[in-house]
Amino acid sequence: MGISNIIFIVILIALAGLFAFQVSKIRRNILLGKDVDRSDRKGERFAMMARVALGQSKMVVRPLAGIMHIFIYVGFVIINLEVLEIIIDGIFGTHRIFAFLGGFYDILIGSFEILAILVLLACVVFLVRRNIGRIKRLHAREMTSWPKNDANLILIIEILLMTAFLSMNGADYVLQQKGAEHYVQAGAYPVSSLLLPVFGDLSISTLIGIERGAWWFHIIGILLFLNYLPISKHFHILLAFPNVYYAKLIPKGEFTNLSNVTDEVNLMMDPEADPYAAPPEPEEGAVPEKFGAKDVQDLHWKNLMDAYSCTECGRCTSVCPANITGKLLSPRKIMMDTRDRLAEVGKNIDQHGKDHNDGKSLLYDYITPEELWACTTCNACVDACPVNIDPLEIIVDLRRYMLMEDAKSPTEWNSMNTNIENNGAPWAFPATDRLKWAEEN
Amino acid sequence: MSEYIKVPTMAEMAAAGEMPEVLFWVGCSGSFDDRAKKITKAIVKILHAADVKFAVLGTEESCTGDPAKRAGNEFLFQMQAMMNIQVLDGYGIKNLITGCPHCFNTIKNEYPGLGGNYKIQHHSQFIQGLINEGKLTIQGGGVFKGKRITFHDPCYLGRGNNVYDAPRSLIEKLDAELVEMKRCKSKGLCCGAGGAQMWKEAEPGNKEVNVERTEEALGVKPNIIATGCPFCNTMMTDGVKNFNKEDETQVMDVAELIAQANDL
Ligand code: SF4
Ligand code: SF4
Repeated sequence: MGISNIIFIVILIALAGLFAFQVSKIRRNILLGKDVDRSDRKGERFAMMARVALGQSKMVVRPLAGIMHIFIYVGFVIINLEVLEIIIDGIFGTHRIFAFLGGFYDILIGSFEILAILVLLACVVFLVRRNIGRIKRLHAREMTSWPKNDANLILIIEILLMTAFLSMNGADYVLQQKGAEHYVQAGAYPVSSLLLPVFGDLSISTLIGIERGAWWFHIIGILLFLNYLPISKHFHILLAFPNVYYAKLIPKGEFTNLSNVTDEVNLMMDPEADPYAAPPEPEEGAVPEKFGAKDVQDLHWKNLMDAYSCTECGRCTSVCPANITGKLLSPRKIMMDTRDRLAEVGKNIDQHGKDHNDGKSLLYDYITPEELWACTTCNACVDACPVNIDPLEIIVDLRRYMLMEDAKSPTEWNSMNTNIENNGAPWAFPATDRLKWAEEN
Repeated sequence: MSEYIKVPTMAEMAAAGEMPEVLFWVGCSGSFDDRAKKITKAIVKILHAADVKFAVLGTEESCTGDPAKRAGNEFLFQMQAMMNIQVLDGYGIKNLITGCPHCFNTIKNEYPGLGGNYKIQHHSQFIQGLINEGKLTIQGGGVFKGKRITFHDPCYLGRGNNVYDAPRSLIEKLDAELVEMKRCKSKGLCCGAGGAQMWKEAEPGNKEVNVERTEEALGVKPNIIATGCPFCNTMMTDGVKNFNKEDETQVMDVAELIAQANDL
């Protein structure tokens, strides 16, 4: 084992460890949310995951982006097999350890190369489309400089990684042709062999320099990229599958019934209950449960997982009737705000401990009443999301807090609610007139 | 003057010791809104024509609480739900139909958690059932022959509960031409009324949602924009007026189409 293997092992452990640490923080943040049971209907959940996450069923609704995305997605999954070989080679100082697979190895390397060039092309198309094309949803209000840079950076890194991969193979191929020591004859190089005119005349030592340089760039690049994911929208590559698996399975129209409200209503409607009885003493240190959500901790963990799974693609916003007609509401922004606020809360916990209160909240400081009130609860955003994110649940929970805890609602809604309360209809018609229609002919 | 239509109430039926096959849940809009009352009557005529033994709650019916819930007033919603459940259970009612997708969604999905378990159908599903069972025959080749009809999916019927085919199957019975908008079925665009928007001004923007939707509907040059929700009906009717197209395009509920086709 040489010095370079030791360096490799140290870098590998350090960066893998850092990644595990970052993931544990995100996991902790997601679990700040309230409990919700999504352990039921496992078969249906697997089927949904197979269809939506594995099968990308919602991506192909927009064919160009869908196909390009599939190139990158399949490329990502398959090329990772190659990373396994790179890591083993790196640890033991071997070269192309899987070469013994013979013909099968040729097929593997050959298909990696084809995928790599497809990924590269797709990333170029996406970069052009994102920056030169005028696709409305990619230039909305919430797409400020960080989300834009994040998106571009991901594409550029992927282009660099794929270029390194193909250069590595190209140099290896020429070295194999020249019979260089240590470079076993293995693999098929349908794409990188095209680099022959560039690499063919170079000396063996230069080629080894290129091959080694690209090898190191590729693997360290991947490890650094891995550590970039937790602060990027690109984290969706890890959460897309579990996020789809745990998505709501009941009809989209069904909203949860708040159980703490049910308790109170039961008490109010119970003829046996003593109206003058003092409320039961709250348990020592127990915080009374809020009605609805004001901050991220009041949402449930799946809402928070949704926030970390969002790719900021804007498909939700582009079908939102409120957003289409120029209102402030954007379901994508709801998700981005939730994630930003959650990251902030997590940072506060790291720096100041669990009970720190920074005086801010998701509602009001990040998301305004005007945005929330514009929602028609139409579920178009939920339907459109390629990873089954549900912005509507968050919207409704924030609305509940505003109305029930802060008595904040548009004045017309106050009258509507008063009417329902007094005469059982959202309009001011007397309940006794309910059957009048039958007499009017 | 159309003839007087008989609408039995649940109280009368119970007093006579009888039970209806289905309870027709009329809903607030269907009870009070002038346009929606016509839909209610169309449904009643169809029920009579198919000899369905039905009743309504009449003055004992109260808002399901849907708009309160969507606005965020969970208290009021649950109060309404509990009261309605008490009334329904008091009569031992198990089967309901309704003309309103919001009532449909709420009773079907949100009442069970509060102890109210019923089988409820949207009127388009129920009418489809009547036709399939041969209790109602649609006279094709009538008033709608060759007419272009587009269907606007109500959110709480379509995306909310995956009912896309029942209303369309009714339109297909009319010898009419069903033309789809680009945004239809699970991709349908909201009319703008849901989520209690019906009862307030829209937030500042550059267009009304119903205008956006009606523009799309008028784009397929329909003679009739059909829908299955009293609120969608209001929104689309206003939208058509906004474009001064009342003479060319009518907004109708699927129940009205069926009632007219059969000259009820
Ligand atoms: S549910 Fe609300 S946020 Fe989602 S698309 Fe409809 S109006 Fe927009
Ligand atoms: S919520 Fe879904 S559809 Fe909306 S931006 Fe995020 S990933 Fe895209």
